[in-house]
Amino acid sequence: MTRKQRRMNFIVLGLLTLGVAAALVLTALEDKIVFFYSPTDVATKKHIPTNQQVRVGGLVKQGSWKKPTNDLTHRFTVTDLRHDIPISYKGIIPDIFREGQGVVVLGKLQANGNFQADEVLAKHDEKYMPPEVAEALKKSGMWKHTEDAK
Amino acid sequence: MIAEIGQFALILALVIAIIQGTIPLAGAALNRAQWVAVARPAARGQFLFVIIAFCCLTHAYVTSDFSVANVAQNSHTLKPLLYKVSGVWGNHEGSMVLWVAILALFGLAVAEFGTGLPPTLRARVLSIQGLIGVAFLAFILFTSNPFLRLDPAPLEGNGLNPILQDPGLAFHPPFLYLGYVGFSMAFSFAVAALIEGRVDPAWARWVRPWTLAAWCALTVGIALGSWWAYYELGWGGWWFWDPVENASFIPWLIGTALLHSAVVVEKRDALKSWTILLAILAFSMSLLGTFLVRSGVLTSVHAFASDPERGVFILGLLVFVIGGSLTLYAIRAPQLKGGGLFAPISREGALVLNNLLLTTGAAVVLLGTLYPLILDAFGGGKVSVGPPFFNATFVPLMVPVMLAAIVGAMLSWKRADIGAVFGRLKIAFYIALIAIGVTAWFAGNLKDVLAAGGIGIAAWMIVGSALEIAERVALFKGPLSSSWRRAVGLPRSAWGMAIAHGAVGIMVAGITASSAWRVEKIQLMAPGDIITVSGYSLKFEGAKPIKGPNYHGERGLFTVTKNGKAVTTLTPEKREYPAERSQTTEAGILTMVSGDLYAVLGDKSKNPAKGGASWSTRIYFNPLVAWIWVGAILMAGGGLVSLTDRRHRIGAPKTARKAAKKSDDIKPEPVSA
Amino acid sequence: MTAKLRLSYYLPVIIVLLLAAIFWSYLGEIKDGKSIQDLPSALIDKPAPVFKLPGIETTDKGFDSAVLKGKVTLVNVWASWCAPCRIEHPRMMQLAREGVAIYGINYKDTPEAAKGFLAELGNPYKTVGADRTGKVSIDWGVYGYPETFVIDPKGRIRYRHVGPIMAQDLTDKIRPLIKALSK
Repeated sequence: MTRKQRRMNFIVLGLLTLGVAAALVLTALEDKIVFFYSPTDVATKKHIPTNQQVRVGGLVKQGSWKKPTNDLTHRFTVTDLRHDIPISYKGIIPDIFREGQGVVVLGKLQANGNFQADEVLAKHDEKYMPPEVAEALKKSGMWKHTEDAK
Repeated sequence: MIAEIGQFALILALVIAIIQGTIPLAGAALNRAQWVAVARPAARGQFLFVIIAFCCLTHAYVTSDFSVANVAQNSHTLKPLLYKVSGVWGNHEGSMVLWVAILALFGLAVAEFGTGLPPTLRARVLSIQGLIGVAFLAFILFTSNPFLRLDPAPLEGNGLNPILQDPGLAFHPPFLYLGYVGFSMAFSFAVAALIEGRVDPAWARWVRPWTLAAWCALTVGIALGSWWAYYELGWGGWWFWDPVENASFIPWLIGTALLHSAVVVEKRDALKSWTILLAILAFSMSLLGTFLVRSGVLTSVHAFASDPERGVFILGLLVFVIGGSLTLYAIRAPQLKGGGLFAPISREGALVLNNLLLTTGAAVVLLGTLYPLILDAFGGGKVSVGPPFFNATFVPLMVPVMLAAIVGAMLSWKRADIGAVFGRLKIAFYIALIAIGVTAWFAGNLKDVLAAGGIGIAAWMIVGSALEIAERVALFKGPLSSSWRRAVGLPRSAWGMAIAHGAVGIMVAGITASSAWRVEKIQLMAPGDIITVSGYSLKFEGAKPIKGPNYHGERGLFTVTKNGKAVTTLTPEKREYPAERSQTTEAGILTMVSGDLYAVLGDKSKNPAKGGASWSTRIYFNPLVAWIWVGAILMAGGGLVSLTDRRHRIGAPKTARKAAKKSDDIKPEPVSA
Repeated sequence: MTAKLRLSYYLPVIIVLLLAAIFWSYLGEIKDGKSIQDLPSALIDKPAPVFKLPGIETTDKGFDSAVLKGKVTLVNVWASWCAPCRIEHPRMMQLAREGVAIYGINYKDTPEAAKGFLAELGNPYKTVGADRTGKVSIDWGVYGYPETFVIDPKGRIRYRHVGPIMAQDLTDKIRPLIKALSK
């Protein structure tokens, strides 16, 4: 084998690896990534998939958290202060979960507008606001609440 | 006063680092021996002052000096001593001080032990280290001063986030930083080599031990972090593909590739520019990880409080270090002449495959981590990329790496007879097949076929590594005593490799079993209720209030029995830390070889049906999960064994190196102490 | 051939620069979120507006601008429906514990909700004035909520902070300013 041929071998090997990796990545990006929606998005957009996991986030509405009694289903409302989404979650709620604080939930939107959460993501740090939530609040105009009554 | 000494020491360290980063570099270029000679004393001085600063900060923490803002924000008088100390690096400012302290330590090591290095190379390496030190010291002094005073001093501190008050996490950052900063050595050597325009096997021999040591520390650091997440977060999971985790995993992957490619440079004088690139990338990825974690650019479960101002500084630093070194690489690398050419079927061919797959894997993890940013930058919406993505892309890339690792280890250099190697690995192959068959039989459904494959790979790696050693010591082919002699005489690097490869197998078994066959039960339990998980009966005896030094909470009690015989009791806790106003979950865990029984106590709720209170509880059985960390520690252990190989001994005189090289792989050599 | 090969050596550095550009745009965005905090106020160094607000409930003591004299005071505009106010609240409590005199303007709120907010998170205010119409807030030139003003002993507005006050703001700006003005 000449030097050139040998180099070719490795180039082919390299391209092959990259090709396989690219194929894996592209197919995974099709269906393995999870989109984020704010409550306003959910209320105003029609095309949010119901068969796919999505994330929604906002603040846990004051007084909305109903702890489970006989089963383990927690119910609460996530709001961006314009629109609300009712959430139900079966399982143990993270330690940091509080009413009035930012939260992101992962799960599926039901046809009836309820959101069935598979996971409730609260932060380790209670002083922290998830950026998506902050953005959703900004979009809904509630972050700095510019004088809409003026 | 002490805090002022600390700050002053940092300023002095910065000044010395500036000298260290410029004069020796200029001296090496202009051929001035006196300037070159500045490098070593400067490295010593930098170490001295950085350590003084570090000690001052530690002193402030231990004595709870709340007039130092950093201490007031992150410590508390009631905190146990261990966490006062670990609190030093449990926050952004302090962790940066630890970072430069380790950097200075490595610099000192080169200055003291690098006596066998050519003086100009050593001066250049130390200079590059000095420049990195300049960047980080400036970063600390200008954006994150840990010695800032608070006036008036508060009477009590804010406290350390209780979730971070944990022995596993106390030592996670130091190990991680040893790894990250250790890669800076490989980086400095690479940049110095680019400046000199020369890369040869001797260079690779110098770089390898540093890389190996860094890699071991990083392995331990990542393992500690994942172990912590496992028992502290209370979800029974141990790896979440979270950006912060990925930030440490990408440098690890590149570092692993670098370890392997440096062997090729050392033995075959080939793959030079590629190895240089990896050395630059390993450290660059460490820096990128720091940036991602600190700047708030990415959302993560366990981020430091983020600050975009600092982000700008780190980004600038990143562009300077990575951009600068890669530009230098682009200019100089084409001049590095490759040495021997080689056949695809050979040890070096296998190592190239290893490198290709590991770096592609690292690229995929990087892409997945940054994809939400990239998509958002182009207006594609907010997304998150989670475990499903990484499982679907990264895992398939690692399968061939693991299959080939065992074959590659048996291939000879230059040109190998792959048929003969397959012949020698027959036993491993059959055992792997049997393992797949048995697992698939017991699991009995289609989803588990993939998992059975995972167990097969694990068996392949464990048995294959054992075979490799067995063959080299001619086990069962002669008297045991001669095998023993051979085993003792076998180069430590051969042992290290076999141990590390076998350890990967152990880890894969743990990963596969704990992800595929985990049993999870969530329910409400009143005292007296019994639940059965994987053959174990857990009786909930109720929960009692507890009080710790800086927390209070509830402790549940489960008595565990198997087939009527008492096994143990589990005591999961739910703690409330009033100073930090937060809660944590302490899982009750029984670790066994076959798997972990893992119990979590959830919320208390009124239960009218049972006439009293009941608790939500989560019980997991995580099969083989402890194997993951045993595997990781063994892997690092393999690295350490390899590090003791005489060829890697830092400062080994040239003749000894030559002798060691001659007696290369198979021939036993006498072991000296 | 060689020229092409050489270009490929530049590939890593090009990728890095592209990534850096993306990061840069991101940091800019994050910073923009912050930059509203530095919004100057037309009222800086001017005397605070003169007003008289009733308390949250009719029985409560109200907020009379006459109290903003003689010492350094903080005026914090908040509402129970405002999420960032909630985020900022622990810092207000902290300042109150440190002995800073804080007066609240409760913006367009209902008495029940406002009371609930303070009952839940604590009351750091000396007194709170209920600005149900929002008129007094307009006099203050309030831009968003929460908003905090530092008033010197002579009753002049010396500093204005838009958005929630975080720990960093306390150490960097608020505390040093209070200290300087107290002299």
